[in-house]
Amino acid sequence: MGRKLLLEKAGVEGIRTYNVYRREGGYNSVEKALKQMTPDQITEEVKKSGLRGRGGAGFPTGLKWSFIAKPEGVPRHLVCNADESEPGTFKDRYLMEFLPHLLIEGLIVSSFALGSHVTYIYIRGEYAWIIDILETAIGEAKANGFLGKNILGTGFDLEIYVHRGAGAYICGEETALLESLEGKRGNPRIKPPFPAVKGAWDRPTVVNNVETLAAVVPIINLGAEEYAKIGIGKSTGTKLISACGNIKKPGVYEIDMTISVEDFLYSDEYCGGMANGKRLKACIPGGSSVPILPANLLLKTVKGDKRIMNYESLSDGGFPKGSMMGSGGFIILDEDQCVVKHTFTLARFYRHESCGQCSPCREGTGWMEKILANIENGKGKSTDIDLLWEIQRKIEGNTICPLGDAAAWPVAAAIRHFRDEFEWHVQNPEESQRRNFGLAHYADPLEPLVAAV
Amino acid sequence: MGRYPEGKQKSAILPVLHLAQEHFGGWLSPEVMDYVAELLHILPVEVYEVATFYSMYNLKPVGKYVFEVCQTGPCMINGSDGIIQYIKSTLDIKVGETTKDGMFTLKTVECLGACGYAPMMQLGKNYREHLTKEKVDSIIAECRKTAAANN
Repeated sequence: MGRKLLLEKAGVEGIRTYNVYRREGGYNSVEKALKQMTPDQITEEVKKSGLRGRGGAGFPTGLKWSFIAKPEGVPRHLVCNADESEPGTFKDRYLMEFLPHLLIEGLIVSSFALGSHVTYIYIRGEYAWIIDILETAIGEAKANGFLGKNILGTGFDLEIYVHRGAGAYICGEETALLESLEGKRGNPRIKPPFPAVKGAWDRPTVVNNVETLAAVVPIINLGAEEYAKIGIGKSTGTKLISACGNIKKPGVYEIDMTISVEDFLYSDEYCGGMANGKRLKACIPGGSSVPILPANLLLKTVKGDKRIMNYESLSDGGFPKGSMMGSGGFIILDEDQCVVKHTFTLARFYRHESCGQCSPCREGTGWMEKILANIENGKGKSTDIDLLWEIQRKIEGNTICPLGDAAAWPVAAAIRHFRDEFEWHVQNPEESQRRNFGLAHYADPLEPLVAAV
Repeated sequence: MGRYPEGKQKSAILPVLHLAQEHFGGWLSPEVMDYVAELLHILPVEVYEVATFYSMYNLKPVGKYVFEVCQTGPCMINGSDGIIQYIKSTLDIKVGETTKDGMFTLKTVECLGACGYAPMMQLGKNYREHLTKEKVDSIIAECRKTAAANN
């Protein structure tokens, strides 16, 4: 049983309310941070904890905080990124829905550390009912002296506002989010200047993911050293994983990052194994943008080691033989799933979500969707597969924001690992409309590595 | 508007458009958008460019109940195609269309963050998850009942 730092109390009845949350030890980190620590000490603790951004990029949080500019007389802002939209990812929703006060608590401590007196939660517009939950929690925290003027008599003032988005994946990218917060289209900005210098309304701003900010609470309560002892290497603390697809128990799980992918997938404590007695074909371990892995590369790295659910192990092997931790959206495909079709739905998603600012992404995502639709519908040509490969190569790295890469990688990885399935579609257009390619050899054991002579 | 810095009232545009859409029959007509521009002291074009960018704003009339069914990968794996097909044939409309009685509109949407509870749709403020044909039937019946009760 792994240690739980975030979801430990998720099952306590009434934990959504202030009274129960407080009774269970909630808001202790605010008392400790505001009364016993300076803002710089908090930032230092977060740095020492090794906490990495939980939104997908995995950038060290404390380091990000230390970049914030502090010009005299200019307000600074913390913005919580709750625009969770990466296919396969639904962990922030769970956290906000069931433990709203944990996020508020993390926001108060983090705002104090950064000197933000007005903090925003930018939440995706579709999570409409969660906005009510958060606003109720904010009201309760305020009524109990944890928000508003002179919090706990320390002289620190803070207001938290929930800002509702309106359906745009791109607004999860931090500069697009800031544009959106300013009331504009969500077109990412060119960096530099970075938000830490010029963010919302040109003021220094830090944008962090929901889970990241919630994790500040156990870091302050336990101390950075204790926190960093959990996990392994540069993957410290716990991580929320949202598991979905063809598994017995889809849902949100908190893991310490030492558990193997195999245990996570097959143990009853987590995913509970494959649904309906089917066999594992492939997995996208970190949200739709990260490379898909065939079964044989998922459970073991190319070196033959057990693959572990953490930043380093999931990316072991690089892009050719590995994947990424990403946002922790764990999508499992069984033997009955068609990789071509699944890749097509993702290409359609990225075409829909491209903001249209950079030509390679705007045009490329449309091309990829069309070509994949043709292959899927039995109208593909043999040259299409190489064409797809070329297009994704031309998008990757050639756009202002990472959406271009995020659109390119799933297509690249699908072709890399499942090329025979694409070829089968092209060569058997009629048959491919009647049945799927199946498991093929994707679950075969890997050939042992032979040392170079 | 007091939530945003002074002079930055444009920031309120997304929340205000949500309110306007709820208030004026579920969609944003050019007149409504012009009105929002006036409220926020910005140019109408600043409202149009925002309203056309975000997928939650409807720029043409919709039915009383809008079924927004997710069709992205994780939902597809769990049978969203079949659900969309079933709604189409039950209501006799295509994606993007509204039933003749003005009751239902069917939209397909991209990932709504309910991948573990797929297939799913958004209906008003809430999510309807683990959809089956039977569940779709009961949702349609429930909508009709509520509409009749409100008349």
